[in-house]
Amino acid sequence: MSDHKTMTLTLIVWRQKNANDPGKFETYSAKNITEHHSFLEMLDVVNEDLINDGKEPIVFDHDCREGICGMCSQVINGAPHGGQDRTTVCQLHMRKFKDGDTIYIEPWRARAFPIIKDLIVDRTALDKIIQAGGYTSCHTGGAPDANSILIPKPIAEEATDAAECIGCGACVAGCPNGAAMLFTSAKVSQLALLPQGKIEAAARVKNMTSTMIECGFGNCTNHYECQAACPKGVNVKFIARMNREFIKAQFA
Amino acid sequence: MILDGKCPTGPIEQSWDKHRFDLKLVNPANKRKYNIIVVGTGLAGGAAAASLGELGYNVQAFCYQDSPRRAHSIAAQGGINAAKNYPSDGDSIMRLMYDTIKGGDFRAREADVWRLSQVSNNIIDQCVAQGVPFGRDYAGYLDNRSFGGAQVSRTFYSRGETGQQLLLGAYSAISRQIKLGTVKMYNRREMLDLVVVDGVARGITCRNLISGEIESYAADAVCLCTGGYVNVFYLSTNAKGCSVTASWKAAKKGAFFANPCYTQIHPTCIPQAGEYQSKLTLMSESLRNDGRIWVPKKKEDVGKRPDQIPEEDRDYYLERKYPSFGNLAPRDISSRSAKEQCDEGRGVGPGGRGVYLDYADSIKRLSEKIICERYGNLFEMYERITDDNAYKTPMRIYPAPHYSMGGLWVDYNLMSNIPGLFVLGEANFSVHGANRLGASALMQGLSDGYFVIPYTIGGYLTTVKPGAVKTDHAEFKKSAEDVSTTTKKLLSINGKRTVTEFHRELGKIMWNNVGMARSKESLTEAIKQIPKIRDEFWNNVKVTGSGAELNQQLENAGRVADFLEFGELLARDALHREESCGGHFRVEHQLPDGEAKRNDADFSYVGAWEFKGVGKEPELHKEPLKFETIHLAVRSYK
Amino acid sequence: MQFLTSSIGRKILMAITGLCLVLFVMIHLVGNTTIYGWIPGGVNAYAHHLHAFPPIVWIFRAVMLAIVTVHIGYGIQLTIENRGGRPQQYAVKATQKATFASENMIWTGLLLLVFIVYHMLHFTAKVIPGMQLVTDAEGTVNVFAMIVSGFQNFFVSFIYVAAMVTLFLHLSHGIQSFFQTIGWNNDRTLPVIVKAGTLVALVLFLGYVAIPLTIFAGILKG
Repeated sequence: MSDHKTMTLTLIVWRQKNANDPGKFETYSAKNITEHHSFLEMLDVVNEDLINDGKEPIVFDHDCREGICGMCSQVINGAPHGGQDRTTVCQLHMRKFKDGDTIYIEPWRARAFPIIKDLIVDRTALDKIIQAGGYTSCHTGGAPDANSILIPKPIAEEATDAAECIGCGACVAGCPNGAAMLFTSAKVSQLALLPQGKIEAAARVKNMTSTMIECGFGNCTNHYECQAACPKGVNVKFIARMNREFIKAQFA
Repeated sequence: MILDGKCPTGPIEQSWDKHRFDLKLVNPANKRKYNIIVVGTGLAGGAAAASLGELGYNVQAFCYQDSPRRAHSIAAQGGINAAKNYPSDGDSIMRLMYDTIKGGDFRAREADVWRLSQVSNNIIDQCVAQGVPFGRDYAGYLDNRSFGGAQVSRTFYSRGETGQQLLLGAYSAISRQIKLGTVKMYNRREMLDLVVVDGVARGITCRNLISGEIESYAADAVCLCTGGYVNVFYLSTNAKGCSVTASWKAAKKGAFFANPCYTQIHPTCIPQAGEYQSKLTLMSESLRNDGRIWVPKKKEDVGKRPDQIPEEDRDYYLERKYPSFGNLAPRDISSRSAKEQCDEGRGVGPGGRGVYLDYADSIKRLSEKIICERYGNLFEMYERITDDNAYKTPMRIYPAPHYSMGGLWVDYNLMSNIPGLFVLGEANFSVHGANRLGASALMQGLSDGYFVIPYTIGGYLTTVKPGAVKTDHAEFKKSAEDVSTTTKKLLSINGKRTVTEFHRELGKIMWNNVGMARSKESLTEAIKQIPKIRDEFWNNVKVTGSGAELNQQLENAGRVADFLEFGELLARDALHREESCGGHFRVEHQLPDGEAKRNDADFSYVGAWEFKGVGKEPELHKEPLKFETIHLAVRSYK
Repeated sequence: MQFLTSSIGRKILMAITGLCLVLFVMIHLVGNTTIYGWIPGGVNAYAHHLHAFPPIVWIFRAVMLAIVTVHIGYGIQLTIENRGGRPQQYAVKATQKATFASENMIWTGLLLLVFIVYHMLHFTAKVIPGMQLVTDAEGTVNVFAMIVSGFQNFFVSFIYVAAMVTLFLHLSHGIQSFFQTIGWNNDRTLPVIVKAGTLVALVLFLGYVAIPLTIFAGILKG
């Protein structure tokens, strides 16, 4: 239940005017924050103060604010999305912090995610990976009756586990190598598990993984930081599955 | 003016097939000569862009987010309806049509709803072929669940994230076309004007949200798939970026806005915790199956902890007022009742805006384990946001604006009254009437995008010469100048109040006066207040930064400026509609039991408004609604 | 050869060569234990049999060199690429799952390379200054005496034990990493494999350090 205690926090926020600006940290004070503020609402409060002072507010990506669109993208005290299990920044609440805390807020940092401004990065590289093969090449219309393809429930469930990915890029932000393996493997696995996707599985895994490297992402070295960072709990078993698919593809 | 929806005549069962045959076709070799703009990449836009690209048209798709995968369709939880009748429980295309028309309180067009019901089956086939992981039973067949407003199980679902999976299906289809080069994707672009040349839609003017450049794009047809407008209430379940801007710019260029007063308020949302709150989070309506809704009988008890309020001091008001339906009363009734309790001062939680949804009895009856199996993820989400454990203490819920049934007027071909301007999905008004049933929004978006527009746009394109107007046309230049002027104006005011403050103020007026229960007084008051806020906005708003960079304040300012104009139209429409129907409830027009009292004799029409200038009274055009297949009846779920 | 330039392909080569090296380390340890005399003639006889047919020795050495070259070559290449994956580091980084071992594979690997060179100079080429070699009439080196006298030196034992700590770190990440990279893994097996990999690395570590420790402690005498 609500109480009327408020917190004051010190924010150390990455500010960068544009892609060419070297950027630097600025320190702000977030006042009158209650435990019921979401992290983004806390930033809203700081921004309203900044605007009223005639200063430029901190820009950050956000949209649905209910943990599903994948827009929000902040590294908070070194952890993508703040490190709460299965939680995006927008669903992280200030009760996870204490009065007087100092909070570092940084953008996703990876070669493949150039910074656009402040905490906003360019994640179109993830789109490019999907464009390389993250689909079944079915045509609109002309699909057979949905129940003509039977899928065992455990397989359907596992495909859904993979399909939970919201494409936020936290896996890349958390990976010491800036790799996009968890992201790529989630889509590869979802489609490789389903009969509809098996037909193009070999070409898909080759094309998607090579695009992944062309986009500037690093390689996987099995730290599993990606899984820890993932707000949807996508499991690294899908990376193992993608590796398997990759080996199979060599013989296809 | 009396509008003509151009619906096909004859037996409804053959209407869409016959219409498809009657539509002229574009020669395959000519398709690539036509440019089509698709604005928005949600279910409607993503599906449309992918399908049109695949047919061979040159498609340019636009979204304000950083990727087409992020549209707010992604947040839909429950499911998608289709008349597959897999469970053999009596479903059919006709029954889905009937339920949709009735659910919409007889304010939708029969032919459109028939078509929607017919293609609903193709949607499921299409999505399965794309690899959308729907829920399945142990035999490997697709599973169905039941949803409000229907007596059959026709809802296909993927856990509590059906919208996400369907949108990612459409996103994969559009991604494939982007790779093939038939769709060119423009991310982080916001449409700020529709370009109309000699009465025909010829393109759009956008702001590049990264560089701030004003860009012009020409095409032979423009499809708006830009979603709904309930962010006019400030707090809603919509994404922060959802706005009426694209639709409103089109309306200002002459497109009629139909039934703006039909908005849906969802009963089970997490209540507002404080002034700072930026959005409301929806929780699946399924929660009401096992929870009991109550408020304290006595006002002085509202501050007490719920476990300190004895059973006899609790008012299970839905069970009391609607003994037969109880806690499962329809969305609108349930929402309205919660508001009434809170208006009487018996609401609980911060600001007295909440009612309890109590699981204690169900946990006693079924065990905590079963409740956890059924609603575990929702309880988890609730705890993440409120820090309350709903197994131990009752949840607090409150209604929140959720969906807009109204939208730009379109004919049967989904074309607005401006030739060349098509409107799809939530942005149009066509199929939900005055109220949308659960699991029907996803169905409509995909129906319009995959299975309607690919046919109907061809019929229009055969009548125009491809590439007739280029971006060097004077209208494009004028539009770009207008957009720049507005941007400069917003930046130059340098007043005292932030954009969000204005949006909150507008939201409060909309919510209190044009929300769940509307009256002549409240609406008149809103129509008086909104222009005042608008005037103050244009004199006292503070937008920092410049136009030549990424500037979220500027983006928001533009959207709020449009809401400040549109909100007035919404209130006017609500005032003119002297009846209650679906999501539009006028306190003057209710049955003794509190149900909506429709006035079919005078209001069985689509009210489409023509913009006449800011602050000027819009002109009403009517499209009479005819019910030949489904007969008008009083909507009752008793 | 797209495989050899691809991200996963190179990782798989790292994994397979790594596995070969782990197997070598295991067999090597089994051979080393002959120092306790469980085969007739002990380590001297073992060394003698091992080098009985020189062409096989040289073929084996060539194969091992190739394996080591691939493993190290790709290791360095991938590490350089991976460092480039994040040109600008975080000011604060909260590590959640990665370990000291997983983050320092390149350094433990390179240290092992240095050790292997030293180790071969010591026991294969036998050219480390100050070594006291005992030879029989035919000029065959008494391997047992060479090892015992070597490890009686504190620095020799220290370097060896330090190298084995490095090997333990390298393998505690490397062994489980093999299964993940080759795809023989899922959510149920992962925790088991991680533990088993560390256990194997620990057994190898204990097996290897037992020899210098028993010698240094005077339990195993010349």
